[in-house]
Amino acid sequence: MLAEGAAQKTLPRDLIRGLQNILGASMVLHRPEDLLLYEYDGSVEKGRPSAVVFPTTTQNVSRVVRLTAQHDIPVIGRGAGTGLSGGALARTGGIMIVFARMNRILELDLENQRAVVQPGVVNYELTRAVEHAGLYFAPDPSSWKSCTIGGNVLENAGGPHTLAYGVTSNHVTALELVLPDGEICRVGSRHGDSLGYDLAGLFVGSEGTLALVTEITVRLLRKPESVKTLLAIFDRVDDASETVAEITARAITPAACEMLDGWTLRAVEDFIHAGFPLDSAAVLLIELEGLAEVVAAQGAAVEEVCREHDAREVRVARDEQQRELLWKGRKNAFGALGRIAPSNYVLDGVIPRSKIPQALRRIQEIGERYNFKIGNIFHAGDGNLHPIVLFDPRDAGQYQRAIEASAEIIRYCVEIGGALTGEHGVGMEKSELMPLLFSDDDFELMRRIHDAFNPQSALNPGKIFPLNKGCGEITPRAQAAVRAVPL
Amino acid sequence: MNTTTTNVAARLETVIGPARVNGSSESCAKVAVDGVVPSAVTRPASSAEVVEIVRFAKSEKLALIPCGKGTKLGIGMPPERYDIALDMTGLNQITYYDPGDLTLSVDAGMNLAQLADALAQQQQFVPLAVPFFEESTVGGTIASNIGSSLRPGYGSARDFLLGAEFVNGAGTFTKSGGRVVKNVTGYDLHKLLIGSLGTLGAITRLNFRTFPLPGGYGQVVSAFSSVDSVMRFQFMVFKSPLSPSSFDILGPEAAQTVAEFKDNSDSALTSWFARGEWHVCVGFEGPEAVLRRYSSELVQYAQKCGASTYHLLKKSDEKSLRDGLRELVKSLSSSGSAATIFRINIFPCFPPDVMNLRTLAQRFSIPCCIFANSSGPLYFALQPNELGAKTIGALTQIASSVFQYAASKDSQASILFCPRELKEQVNVWGNPRGDAHLMRRVKSAFDPQNIFAPGRFVTAI
Repeated sequence: MLAEGAAQKTLPRDLIRGLQNILGASMVLHRPEDLLLYEYDGSVEKGRPSAVVFPTTTQNVSRVVRLTAQHDIPVIGRGAGTGLSGGALARTGGIMIVFARMNRILELDLENQRAVVQPGVVNYELTRAVEHAGLYFAPDPSSWKSCTIGGNVLENAGGPHTLAYGVTSNHVTALELVLPDGEICRVGSRHGDSLGYDLAGLFVGSEGTLALVTEITVRLLRKPESVKTLLAIFDRVDDASETVAEITARAITPAACEMLDGWTLRAVEDFIHAGFPLDSAAVLLIELEGLAEVVAAQGAAVEEVCREHDAREVRVARDEQQRELLWKGRKNAFGALGRIAPSNYVLDGVIPRSKIPQALRRIQEIGERYNFKIGNIFHAGDGNLHPIVLFDPRDAGQYQRAIEASAEIIRYCVEIGGALTGEHGVGMEKSELMPLLFSDDDFELMRRIHDAFNPQSALNPGKIFPLNKGCGEITPRAQAAVRAVPL
Repeated sequence: MNTTTTNVAARLETVIGPARVNGSSESCAKVAVDGVVPSAVTRPASSAEVVEIVRFAKSEKLALIPCGKGTKLGIGMPPERYDIALDMTGLNQITYYDPGDLTLSVDAGMNLAQLADALAQQQQFVPLAVPFFEESTVGGTIASNIGSSLRPGYGSARDFLLGAEFVNGAGTFTKSGGRVVKNVTGYDLHKLLIGSLGTLGAITRLNFRTFPLPGGYGQVVSAFSSVDSVMRFQFMVFKSPLSPSSFDILGPEAAQTVAEFKDNSDSALTSWFARGEWHVCVGFEGPEAVLRRYSSELVQYAQKCGASTYHLLKKSDEKSLRDGLRELVKSLSSSGSAATIFRINIFPCFPPDVMNLRTLAQRFSIPCCIFANSSGPLYFALQPNELGAKTIGALTQIASSVFQYAASKDSQASILFCPRELKEQVNVWGNPRGDAHLMRRVKSAFDPQNIFAPGRFVTAI
């Protein structure tokens, strides 16, 4: 078992030379100053790789993996490094394979709504490449303009519109993999149905701990005929959260249903000027998509629910420009928060949607007890909370309290029937919390699956599984500087 | 039978009590799989009892097959060993249901139709419109991953199964996923259980996302004289803003089978189908305004594609048609002792050369049916008149051609249902696969001693 903060291995010279022989000298970084950038991702975690390589083909990925296996050095895959749980960090050193150069769209089958891409293709670029045909790639994490599809696949990324269309695993039909011994194999099928076990379903969301992904076949969706974006403004947080619960209970399925509390939206408005009302307690950003008739009916129903719960006002985006502005406010919110505190810690808990009102009340109470301002900006429609704890990491006491408050919130999510993470992944951040949800027997089976593919822990060691069994603590380190944290 | 299996029932009784064990030859024969008869049937009433049974089987090196109502036990290859039938129908409760959150936990042995009735009280449902619906259990439906006709609108089980509890081959009770609609905590092991045919463990409980029952249903049935017109219609619909909840393409013989479907209503399905024509049944849902929009546009598209007739179905006929389409695989699988149904995962699901399959059946003078669900598999059903050596010989040759056809399309074909005599000649799982070794690794992780349904699955798992 790996120890937290295990010493990074010094790379043998012949390994560096071997990597250079495979990829060319310019595709191998190993000087400490070159590696600094790669010790971070979008989380508050840190872990520096021993070297970073940039393969351009599956064959080269396989060769690199074979070579590192000979030297008993771990391998960590990485896309754009926008992840929020330390999934793409080298927890114990090792060779980081960055897929930035494997960024080609290999095939577009527009007729049958499929695309085959390399893992380094940026999420948004795929949508751009197919939008002329009225198609798009549905998963849309807030980092969609920079995150890669390979990263989306291994973390099983979500996003606001996954409420209606599902997370990444719902859109992946086949994968090409490189196993830790360098073997290249394919799982799934272009169709989506595959005889035998759903291996593609297992590998999506496996956080790089079972195999590296070198090619992905995805489904493309047809753009809806009609879109309606509503901004519902509330004077009380309870009214907004009860509105979400009621929309779910009435079985209205918006494409997205996002909530920003007043404090958060004021910070955002100051920065983005999205048009959020400064004096409100909370807003809901609700998007309806589909046939014009469906959108009209759902729009009327949503407005009715909002008014029944004392919404002060329900605005409808007049045009695409206004719609984009509202979404810009939502998607850049975390960057905006970075302006008002030295550091922030974005949590990712998920709860039953019927329990959103009580969960928000509890989060506020926890914040008051620990003397923190905790903002809320989250995917309300699927119960995916993102409380944001603002703190100053230079104050050791404050830092410790922030960690404790965060752990208490996540524990509460589990207590009321939720889970540890809705879309950010377990990674390094939540590995120690896993015993809150899983028993020793559960871990035993997960471990056997892990070992069936990655027996030596040569791939992405130190992720998902708790290092210190049973202590149930959250383990982030503080950020040294203010950074925009995409979601 | 080796000596350890001779008194399996008696020894099982000492583990979980006589009330839960039945060793009578009559009971055992009912759960035979391809003629292989177990030595005992056990019906646990809790997951703790399932654990006890699996531990017993593991220690005694006995093979288990979990089953529900046994409607789909014919899928797969004959088991290499089969000592105990694990009848899961004793676990049959809804254990958690939060209609406000649209989430549900249900025991694997619960009857699918009963579950649907319970959810309908809250105007909700789980979109598993599968054959054998009235008699199936939830667990059997997931373990067999039999196709749902609502797939175009709602996806397949992997899209709405949120989590599962099960007893794996090591004899431990384990879980995966959760009860929330969005969750990336740990490996998605529950996805592996879908279609695993009892080879990974005994599913004890399943968590689903539920969906609101739609305000209304509609169905447009169009008849076309050629496969080309069917394809044009299909592309036209899927390039339009419409998103139908079901889209069934029926060859002339399949259409006739649906037309003859008998349910409890006095519907007149036969009047909606024209003999000798290809039919497309497009199902849609929603409030009245949405139904009107679908109806008018679908009729328009059908006209443009040269449909000879098109009908709008509503109310009771519409319900009968939905049930007829849902049960088509059942109707065909029970159409004779030699009935054989191929499931072809081809892409796109309705290829232009589909008529080659028909020609293939005609060459052996075997009546056949072709049908497809727009986002699911293509089905090729053969209905030989008798089960003799000549028929088995013909089916063997047809199987080889179908597997070859699928391989040439970079697709996969398998035989869903067939007489067990055919399984002596043909591996129903089709051609060898490139990921077979990965599947065996999964199997070993879940079931290290190979006690769950050995030999039934793909690559002899």
